[in-house]
Amino acid sequence: MKVLACLLLFVSGVACAAEADYALARAALIDELELYARQAHGRDDIRIDGPALAAMARVKRHKLVPASERRFAYRNRPLPIGYGQTISQPYIVALMTELIEPDGDDVVLEVGTGSGYQAAVLAELVKHVYSIEIIAALAIRAEQDLRELGYQNITTRLGDGYYGWEEHGPFDAIVVTAAATHVPPPLIAQLKPGGRMVIPVGSRFMTQQLLLLEKTDKGEVITRQIAPVRFVPLTGEH
Amino acid sequence: MRRLLPATLLVSAGAIGYELLLMRTLSIVQWHHFAYMIISLALLGYGASGTFIALFRHRLEARFGAAFAASALLFSITMLVCFALGQRLPFNALEIVWDPQQLAYLSLIYLVFFVPFFFAALCIGLALTCRRAEISRIYFFDLFGAGLGAVFVIAAMFAVTVQNALLLLLALPLTASALMALRSSARVPLIAAQLAWLALIFAGVPHRHLDLQVSEYKGLSQALQVLDSRVIGVSSSPLGLLTVVESPTVAIRHAPGLSFNTRHIPPDQLGVFTDGDSLSAITRFDGELDSLAYLADVTAALPYALLGEPDVLVLGAGGGNDVLLGLFHGANSIDAVELNPQMTELVEKTYAEFAGFLYDDPRVTVYTKEARGFVAQTDSQYDLIHIGLLDSVSAAGAGVHSLNESYIYTVEAIREYLEHTAPGGVLAITRWLKLPPRDSLKLVATAIAALRSMGVSDPGQQLAVIRSWNTSTVLVKDGALTADDVDAIREFAHSRSFDTAWVPGIGASDANRFNILDQAYLYDGTVALLSEQANEFVERYKFYVAPATDNRPYYFHFFKWATLPEVIALRKVGGAALIEWGYLILIATLVQAAIAGLVLIVLPLWRVERDWPAGTTSRMGSYFLLLGFAFLFVEMAFIQKFILFLSHPLYAVAVVLSAFLIFAGLGSAGSACLARRLEARGRSPIVAVAGGIALLSVLYVTLLPLLFKRLIGYGDLTRIVISVVMIAPLAFSMGMPFPLGLKHVARTAPAFIPWAWGINGFASVMSAVLATLLAIEFGFTFVVLFALLLYGIAAKILTSSGYSSLSV
Repeated sequence: MKVLACLLLFVSGVACAAEADYALARAALIDELELYARQAHGRDDIRIDGPALAAMARVKRHKLVPASERRFAYRNRPLPIGYGQTISQPYIVALMTELIEPDGDDVVLEVGTGSGYQAAVLAELVKHVYSIEIIAALAIRAEQDLRELGYQNITTRLGDGYYGWEEHGPFDAIVVTAAATHVPPPLIAQLKPGGRMVIPVGSRFMTQQLLLLEKTDKGEVITRQIAPVRFVPLTGEH
Repeated sequence: MRRLLPATLLVSAGAIGYELLLMRTLSIVQWHHFAYMIISLALLGYGASGTFIALFRHRLEARFGAAFAASALLFSITMLVCFALGQRLPFNALEIVWDPQQLAYLSLIYLVFFVPFFFAALCIGLALTCRRAEISRIYFFDLFGAGLGAVFVIAAMFAVTVQNALLLLLALPLTASALMALRSSARVPLIAAQLAWLALIFAGVPHRHLDLQVSEYKGLSQALQVLDSRVIGVSSSPLGLLTVVESPTVAIRHAPGLSFNTRHIPPDQLGVFTDGDSLSAITRFDGELDSLAYLADVTAALPYALLGEPDVLVLGAGGGNDVLLGLFHGANSIDAVELNPQMTELVEKTYAEFAGFLYDDPRVTVYTKEARGFVAQTDSQYDLIHIGLLDSVSAAGAGVHSLNESYIYTVEAIREYLEHTAPGGVLAITRWLKLPPRDSLKLVATAIAALRSMGVSDPGQQLAVIRSWNTSTVLVKDGALTADDVDAIREFAHSRSFDTAWVPGIGASDANRFNILDQAYLYDGTVALLSEQANEFVERYKFYVAPATDNRPYYFHFFKWATLPEVIALRKVGGAALIEWGYLILIATLVQAAIAGLVLIVLPLWRVERDWPAGTTSRMGSYFLLLGFAFLFVEMAFIQKFILFLSHPLYAVAVVLSAFLIFAGLGSAGSACLARRLEARGRSPIVAVAGGIALLSVLYVTLLPLLFKRLIGYGDLTRIVISVVMIAPLAFSMGMPFPLGLKHVARTAPAFIPWAWGINGFASVMSAVLATLLAIEFGFTFVVLFALLLYGIAAKILTSSGYSSLSV
């Protein structure tokens, strides 16, 4: 009995220690991202110092990655999550979250749940997140993980995100992480006037640009193509 | 000797066959650049074999037959084992920028593939070391075997899958092993082992493990993760592994450059993946053009806004979407050119019904040819020449050490296309758009250069560029764009929310309205390239956007050293995509090869007891090093030149590589005889040979472009014969320096032979990469001239070593 008690104490002690480590690592990541935020001066479109970082400070990213990758959970890099998919680089997640300008009343659609991390970050900031995933195993795992983390305002489903989720639309914001050669017209239709859609473009491990689609109050659509870094392709004045 | 020569031939054929096979396999399961890197470093097995032989020479020499047989058997076994094992290592190329551990996995992969080449080279190195009297003949069988092996494996890959080609290949060294085991001292255990291996293969035990393990991050793997998707067809050839995927629940919807204003969605499609990536879709067509309405809203549809019922040439037909585009817009006739006959077969036969019998339409004619070659050989004139998102199949796919070249987007190519457009006709090229623009800008620069070379003083009047968020379409007209043309272009772009990056009369405010960039890069770039400051612009742009030419056909090369520090630093803040990985991988390969060479060859050589006259190491070491470089430089440069003439990357490789190897082999066989005759007349053989190589090379470098232009009109077979006839004398001369030098070493310092073999092998690896790097910087002509310099120095070294064949 005593042995069992000691064992339990030991194990829970270890678990607490581990959680504390993760918390420290998470804080360190946020600090690193805040540093980058300060360096992005001069360009409004790649600021990340709004509510996104505060939300990311609360999301336990390490619970959303496979056990084998847990020790890298708070590095500023993308990680494989199986099935040929990745969890995005935290810097990119921060950028995408800021770009949609989330509000407490917002209802957001996510196409491509993946690990569930982006959904969790958004859930910290908006009223409700609806998220669709096309790969069965990932959809099941994400739903379970998000439930364990205690998120009440995320609804996930398995299915084809091309046609959006009409019964819950229109949406204040849409995030599309599933790769596509064009922007699905049904998704544009489900965006509210004044709403924003963000689509990361590039390969799984390298984001080339962020496509920000804005629907004006009159229903017109303009896109902005945002390179995640401040990089001018010319040397000297131009 | 009766058995050694054919055994050498078989091992050599197996080695080159395995190299080409691996290149194909690794391009399918990984990515092209990494395939190249892995193979290059695996070939260090050649270099290492020399060191091994040198260190254990006496023991090996005493049991030569058994050693050769054992080595050949091990080659056969490791061919298969390493094929299976190498693919199962958890290497993820895409994570290299993030995870240093991937470099460890990469090194493991090199090691795994190094082993079979080590054993192969061991056989040949042993033969050269232990049977010195027959060096010329052995080397002939080595080269001849390689030549045959190249043709054999390429032909085999047309007939059977990669896995079955592997099984055919491993029979070659197995046979060689059997031949050499028969009279050897250890014949019983050897033959037993051979039979056991044979039994294992036939019993089918290994076959399951030969399935290709395509990376989970390639398009095909990702498509197959989707609910209910499945593979419904596979076709395999050296031109690519085609996998057809059906996805009933979640449609494929491949529509690059589709406007976000569109009300139309692509119909059902089948996805055709080439080598696990590069999706081309076969779109369902039931004869009703309405179902294809989405095709009106892609950037590639731009030229049809200017033309009515055009005669169209589609280069790179793929799954047929560009043909559909033409039919939708009412084209009068469409000539569709597709290099891969299996791709054409998918549309024309296998899925003909799904595709609406597209290729049976009387307006459509399909040609199985390479794009540039077709244009060079045809007399037809077209109202529209359409090239859509075409990345050319380079010879690297066939296994030759080449990378990134494309003859489709050079200045000379654009000129040729324009020479085949009817008056008022249009050339339209669509490319993926990267940010900041790279190949779109280079394409504009290339078009401008082509127009200027045709005497056009104001290229801007003939140019139009539009972009969506992920594609750009460049239009070049044969003649100035009229006011009506410009209006049509503006209207087309405006109504689809595409931005106009250039049109005659454009203002800056027009250029960045719908797909807003933080700066109108494509517009600014085009304006700069049309201005007097074009050269300064190209200098100042952080990516390399100067036009590609036939002499430097590296259209996909954008790397600039000056940019590297900046983009490496930006990695952490999302800048990883700015790094031009292809070039960095080349450099990394070179550096790794150099280090490996130092460790495997230079260090042991330096430490070992030297059983030969002073000065041999430096002199003969340099000789074989220089030869290793020079031979491959010339071979690769001419392969590239002949690819243009033979206009089919695979035939070019097969023909030129084999011809080079076979005639070099013949030269080797004849070298002893020639040497004696020349010396009898008091002439130095090596100087005569080097002189011959120099003369022929210079002649070819100057005359080939003109000859090619004249002769390109002839049929495939005629051009193959012409190529072989041209290559023969050059390759014949190039086959001589190695055996001449080796015989000198055999006479004066026989213990050095394995080192010579190793150094030469190491040099071949370095030179393959170096040749590509030099060609990228300076062009093929430079590579050839540089090689001639190296031959000259080598000749000087050998003559000053007191070479004489008379005492052999």
